Amino acid sequence: MRIALFATCIVDAMYPRTAQATVSILERLGHEVVFPAGQACCGQMHVNSGYLKEAVPVVANHVDAFDTEEYDVAVAPSGSCVASVKHQHPMVARSCGDTALETRAAAVGARTYELSELLVDVLGVTDAGAQLGSYFPHRVTYHPSCHGMRLLRLGDRQSRLLRTVAGIDLVDLPEADQCCGFGGTFSIKNADVSSAMLEDKAANIRTTGAELCTGGDASCLMHIGGGLSRQGSNVTTLHLAEILASTMGAPASVTGDVHVSTGKATR
Amino acid sequence: MSTFLGMPSLPVFGSGNLHAAESFPKAAHRELGNAQLRANLGHATHTIRDKRLQVVSELPDWEQLRDAGSAIKESVMARLPELLEQFEQNFTARGGVIHWARDASEANEIVAGLIRDTGETEVVKVKSMATQEIGLNEYLEEQGIAAFETDLAELIVQLDHDKPSHILVPAIHKNRTEIRDIFLREMPGADPELTDNPAVLAMAARAHLRRKFLTAKVAVSGANFALADSGTLAVVESEGNGRMCLTLPETLITVMGVEKLLPSWQDLEVFMQLLPRSSTGERMNPYTSLWTGVTEGDGPQNVHLVLLDNGRSAALADEMGRSALHCIRCSACMNVCPVYERTGGHAYGSTYPGPIGAILSPLLTGIESEENSSLPYASSLCGACYDACPVKINIPDILVHLRSVDVDSQRGKKKLPSQMDVGMSAASWALSSGKRLGLLERGLPLGRLAAGRDKKIKKLPGIAAGWTQSRDIPAPPAQSFRNWWAKERQGAEQHGGKTQDTTQNEETGA
Repeated sequence: MRIALFATCIVDAMYPRTAQATVSILERLGHEVVFPAGQACCGQMHVNSGYLKEAVPVVANHVDAFDTEEYDVAVAPSGSCVASVKHQHPMVARSCGDTALETRAAAVGARTYELSELLVDVLGVTDAGAQLGSYFPHRVTYHPSCHGMRLLRLGDRQSRLLRTVAGIDLVDLPEADQCCGFGGTFSIKNADVSSAMLEDKAANIRTTGAELCTGGDASCLMHIGGGLSRQGSNVTTLHLAEILASTMGAPASVTGDVHVSTGKATR
Repeated sequence: MSTFLGMPSLPVFGSGNLHAAESFPKAAHRELGNAQLRANLGHATHTIRDKRLQVVSELPDWEQLRDAGSAIKESVMARLPELLEQFEQNFTARGGVIHWARDASEANEIVAGLIRDTGETEVVKVKSMATQEIGLNEYLEEQGIAAFETDLAELIVQLDHDKPSHILVPAIHKNRTEIRDIFLREMPGADPELTDNPAVLAMAARAHLRRKFLTAKVAVSGANFALADSGTLAVVESEGNGRMCLTLPETLITVMGVEKLLPSWQDLEVFMQLLPRSSTGERMNPYTSLWTGVTEGDGPQNVHLVLLDNGRSAALADEMGRSALHCIRCSACMNVCPVYERTGGHAYGSTYPGPIGAILSPLLTGIESEENSSLPYASSLCGACYDACPVKINIPDILVHLRSVDVDSQRGKKKLPSQMDVGMSAASWALSSGKRLGLLERGLPLGRLAAGRDKKIKKLPGIAAGWTQSRDIPAPPAQSFRNWWAKERQGAEQHGGKTQDTTQNEETGA
């Protein structure tokens, strides 16, 4: 299958390893990955902040980049951005009266998948350890991000995949379904409330004794990781794509920093 | 949208206790500092939340019930004028009197006039959001009429000269010790030996209220539902105090928002399943009172209903926002809202707090003021409210819609664009072309420089400073994925080969 990678702007600019890990997983399964070069961002930040007019060119750009026959399905390592592509793009096109764009946006949305959704539903991955060689000998807790959980209804796809990673010690996160408080510009416009939500999320993560918290959205993980880092915690965050891509031969290592670098295993 | 209730086509916004006095971030900042409030709220919302989940899971057709509730409400909104007329006809035919009120002040004047006509200066009240909304108690006090709340939690809040902070549990922000202190201080004849045992407190309130019930000649109520096919009103409650108000006095005056209508008795069946489970986490509420006009020799002989618009026509005229009027005031959205859980209801400034308040208040009273316009941003859009709503109000979508109404209403009005305006325009330019974004990403090493040796950015300027008050930002990578891909993959393809497994590549990242 030919799979188009939608890296999303935050992964592209801040967490390239998450995108590389996504490519690696898909190629290990024998698929070809293409990267539509015109892509930039889903425009969710603009829509959710009320800047609908400013969202139009961003959405149009995404549709232009992905409305091609050069791939079978598109995938993004982000539930939130996929939810935006599926649910917001047709609405944005409608808001500016562009019915042609609306139709094309809906078609792009229909063949865009979140990573775990693609792996489980389309590519038939039931055992990451066996099928992907995933190996990650660390104590990990998992935060299911709101948009993946509630807009995409990902259910337990992400945690099911994580559970099958060889060597992993996956521990339940108390109040896992509670929002981490990121919410895009919410974390800036209502910084105090966002911080209070983050405080509780970080406290719950610390009670698990996990070395790191994983999830399917780089933005939430940046928020949670940024909070843990400020609190001086050694607990870090890592996108689940990087855990799935981690193998015995090429392990992802946990540095104890906000950043995770590849390289030799720490243990 | 055609005209409605004889209203002009321009929206006529409501008035009363719907308007925030200060912006949400400011109010939230203050409320967040109250550790006791946060502890009380956290405990209470978690308890109700868990109870609700349990009783909801007992119904195999819960999702279908939600669909039915939503569909009934949608049809009510589509033919509200017709249903209101039908209701009026049936209610009047059975001896009730209907009064129409455009806004809070009209409603207050009507109620005060009706009470004055009875010659009474004291009324008992069953808990009512509509009368909270119009500020009836305060208005009556100005007119020399004392209104006594009889719902236990409302009584607590009233005695403390405070405002409710939750739709269903108005005193959610107070614990039992605080309640005992309020009773000792404010309740006439309270036993000085009063303990903070809930049963003891309830008995003290009971003795206090019983005296009121047995002397009051006039009661004021709200209504949960009105059935058009028979002209029947319904109040759903837990304590029986409402039942006392609705049956003992000679005069009963009900104030109800026009959106509370249901077409028929059959529709009530759906809501009697949805409401108690969503609000109190009970399979069935203890008291459901229904009354149809006047029954000779039984119950109040003078029965009035004030039908309140107060901005509901304006909300109805907003195609995207009108489903906010489906709300049955169950408070499930606030019990699951992480923002409400931490700030409490007072931060929202309106009678309607939480997620529904964040959309309902600006829909009813307009979004032009700075204070009200801050409400739709008081959400991380996590979507828990939509999942919990028994009538499937898509609160996150309406929040986003109202944000865009706010942004658009500000366009061209400001002398200088805000930092947010400038940032969003710049981001729109940068993020609407892969080429532009790729070029900008070549500047990522500058961010690494700013991050310094520990690879953390700890202070951001301007509006972004809010982020770094409690969070670091990691140093950006040396190279973006896009630029790595162009170099390693496309470059490699041109040179006739693929790179090895990407995870082993050491070139990118921190």
